[in-house]
Amino acid sequence: MENDILPLLGFGADGWGDQLLWGAILTVSLALSTLPLGLTLGFLVALGRRSEERSLRFSATLFTTIFRGLPELLTLFLIYYGVQIGLSAALRAIGIETVVEINAFAAGMIALGLVFAAYASEVFISAFAGIADGQSEASRALGIGRLTTMRRVIMPQLFRLALPGLGNLWLILLKDTALVSVIGLSDILRQSSIAARVTQEALLFYSIACLIYLVLSLIFTLLIGQLERRFDRGLVRS
Amino acid sequence: MSATSIGSSEATAGMPPAFGIEARPAPDPTPRGWSAARIGGYAIAAIWLGVLALLLFYLVSVFSPEFMKRYGPRYLNGLWTTLLLVGISVGIGGLLSLPLALARLSAIPFLNGPALAYTTFFRGTPLIAQTFLVYYGLGALNAELKSIGLWWFFREAWYCAIFTFSLHTAAYQAEILRGAIRTVPNGQREASKAMGLSRWTTFRKIILPQALIVALRPYGNEIVLLIKASAIVAVITVYDLMGQTRFVFSRSFDFQAYLWAALLYLAIVEVLRRLWDVLEGRLTRHLKR
Repeated sequence: MENDILPLLGFGADGWGDQLLWGAILTVSLALSTLPLGLTLGFLVALGRRSEERSLRFSATLFTTIFRGLPELLTLFLIYYGVQIGLSAALRAIGIETVVEINAFAAGMIALGLVFAAYASEVFISAFAGIADGQSEASRALGIGRLTTMRRVIMPQLFRLALPGLGNLWLILLKDTALVSVIGLSDILRQSSIAARVTQEALLFYSIACLIYLVLSLIFTLLIGQLERRFDRGLVRS
Repeated sequence: MSATSIGSSEATAGMPPAFGIEARPAPDPTPRGWSAARIGGYAIAAIWLGVLALLLFYLVSVFSPEFMKRYGPRYLNGLWTTLLLVGISVGIGGLLSLPLALARLSAIPFLNGPALAYTTFFRGTPLIAQTFLVYYGLGALNAELKSIGLWWFFREAWYCAIFTFSLHTAAYQAEILRGAIRTVPNGQREASKAMGLSRWTTFRKIILPQALIVALRPYGNEIVLLIKASAIVAVITVYDLMGQTRFVFSRSFDFQAYLWAALLYLAIVEVLRRLWDVLEGRLTRHLKR
């Protein structure tokens, strides 16, 4: 048994180790590149939902309703096919006949970023609620501008409060990247599927795929714990 | 606006001025002008409404009785399959979650350890990978499964989907239940012990009802998440709402296939959310002051 399995997982021409490793790198890089988009958009949506301006509140609420209600896989398909069809139609309208193809990585980044933003806005809103109004009032009394208040007074406290929730969303994002394999991204799951089909060892390779995800989750859980401790270090423990 | 200022000046009119300062009415609230936030908000709302109008216009323009007659029943069938899958899985998962949660709460490592491993596995790996593991992975063991007489079960994508989803949601529901049971104050257990109630009766009649009230909201979220996640069974050839949608798209190459699915999914989730609010309001009416 041992002799059958080990060469399959080795690196090199016969083994699938290097393909799986590349899959893992692709999974992590997709999640990492989605993060800035999702965080920025999520923060803006949270600001919109807290705004006094009704039109902003309406737009932000509509955003979260849509992207929290749609299945992630459907969002992915809507972006992947919708953008291709929409762009082709737009180009045809101005007289360019061409087939637009967007890459699976980009489609995954946009779709997962939108979903992440919708959930992150909830996390940010509850973090905002955890910061006393006195903070911004005091800052205003000191004559500090609104932008500086947000940047130097509110945000440092906000991220400490939002970190546990954002950490959870990060782990969910990491797992959701597996969906992008359906539209052809060579991530962990797709590489395992290929290996399973070629070697006829489906149980082995899907177990290994699960194991890699599990290891990634555990590593990031530890990292998030470290980050939380770092953010908490200014806090007096009672 | 002017009515309130008249009212407030009348109220303060008869009072002597304090420290020589004449009492004045509160200033009028600042009028809603065209602030930057307002302009931006209107612009964003306009873009949103524009996109929605465009999608609506698109759906109306491509609407054909032909498409509806041909594919409408497929959508309804898919919708029913999705609801059935989620309903059965949530039910089985709920039954499995109770012993799991109790094992997680137990101080005995022999119970606690395996339960922790179970929840870590199902919460730490993507549902789609778990589904592949069961459908393709166990499917590769067909000779072994045939010999123990379980092949009929793991041969069908539909059974595999129910199997995986039940195990998956059981892990999440166990965590919800564990958290909820821990919120019940210890005094409840002590009081019930003092009244001579057995441990099982205490759990069934005192702890569990209070815990389930706390767990109601997370349970609702879990069902919504499961409805959304159920779309992935389309990949293993189950014709749920997403599966039927993919079929329709592959036949018609018509993008409206996905838009109808989106509307249906949004509708299910929104209806469920409303129903859950009503249910929660009703079940917690004795807690309202």
